[in-house]
Amino acid sequence: MDFKDYYSIMGVERNASQDVIKRAYRKLARKYHPDVSKEAGAESRFKEVGEAYAVLKDPEKRAAYDQLGANWKAGQDFHPPPDWDAGFEFSGGGPAAGDASAYSDFFESLFGHSFGSAQAGRRPAGFHARGEDHHAKVLIDLEDAYHGASRSITLRTPELDSSGRVTTKQRTLNVKIPKGVKQGQRIRLSGQGAPGLGQGQAGDLYLEIQFNPNSLYRVEGRDVYLDLPVTPWEAALGATVKAPTPNGPVDLTIPEGTTSGRKLRLRKRGIPGNPPGDLYVAPQITLPPADSKAAKELYQKMERELAFNPRSRLGV
Amino acid sequence: MNQKTLTGILLDEGIDLSLNDLSRACSSSIEWVIELVEEGVLEPIGHEQAGWRFPGTSLQKARVALRLQQDLGINLAGVALALDMLDEIDTLRARLCWFEINDI
Repeated sequence: MDFKDYYSIMGVERNASQDVIKRAYRKLARKYHPDVSKEAGAESRFKEVGEAYAVLKDPEKRAAYDQLGANWKAGQDFHPPPDWDAGFEFSGGGPAAGDASAYSDFFESLFGHSFGSAQAGRRPAGFHARGEDHHAKVLIDLEDAYHGASRSITLRTPELDSSGRVTTKQRTLNVKIPKGVKQGQRIRLSGQGAPGLGQGQAGDLYLEIQFNPNSLYRVEGRDVYLDLPVTPWEAALGATVKAPTPNGPVDLTIPEGTTSGRKLRLRKRGIPGNPPGDLYVAPQITLPPADSKAAKELYQKMERELAFNPRSRLGV
Repeated sequence: MNQKTLTGILLDEGIDLSLNDLSRACSSSIEWVIELVEEGVLEPIGHEQAGWRFPGTSLQKARVALRLQQDLGINLAGVALALDMLDEIDTLRARLCWFEINDI
């Protein structure tokens, strides 16, 4: 397990005051909040900052963490010393229920065992309540949004065992992903949330759709974008070329005189729905390398025979 | 293990949610959802509060509002402003894309 340097994650000195830590957190949280930032990796950065703040804002946890000493370096292999937390008392405040994986192993090894068991109060007999709704993310491929799919998801839910301790229970669900889903949309599974208490109904489970990162396509709503390499002669003379789409390859007409930056729209070839999205193809004009005698001669012939100055508009 | 394939309901524009559905799905109070309506973040259909129906896409918005409020410590007016600006950024991005398609 890697040691985490919470002070460097927050960008503060080890002797920073609680006010400084709070300000640093607010600033980083705004910057990396996954609902605000479009930056890649924002979500993992946000979780890391949240974990660091959970420790440093809490004087008990911070004191215990500080006791580990300043000699640890981030990423160093770490095992908590035995009885490292002797003499400290934590007053709860762990990750929210249903979010057992929110914090790192490092955090869990230090603070994980000390909360949970205390919260397990017994409910009076005859108490009925509807179970809580749960939320989870389900990762699908873009192609699944075109055709629909079945996904098996594993959920880890904290539960009380017979002695009242919190344990994590795993369960696997097979879920149908309907055709035409968009990024961020939710699917409600009735009765698949937390079990009710007494005769209370079970809660619902909401699955948030997230697309796996795709090296070919970029998705916005139901519209899909593709960069398509074309040769200079296909762009200049026009051509019919094969283009991949999430629905399988299609023949695409590249108009004569296509320039870089222009996009071609294929209506209704985006994610299906009402209305369906469009597929936008951005031709990327790609030069063949001048790596053989014949290729060099062709470039030299163009140089001699085409009076072409791409910089004429720049006045040179 | 449960090997049966479950079919859920896709919460799109065609699905209605009640005030109760939303408050439960956000583990928040009914009052919190009403505040979101008062700030104009959510727009229910129907005049009487008891009969309010929310389009299925409201849940996505309410959950973002909840996270912004909890994680960034902003009040609901601030959340409403942030959501409007995020929407505006999305619209501008789409328009920028449109210009790149038609203008060059």
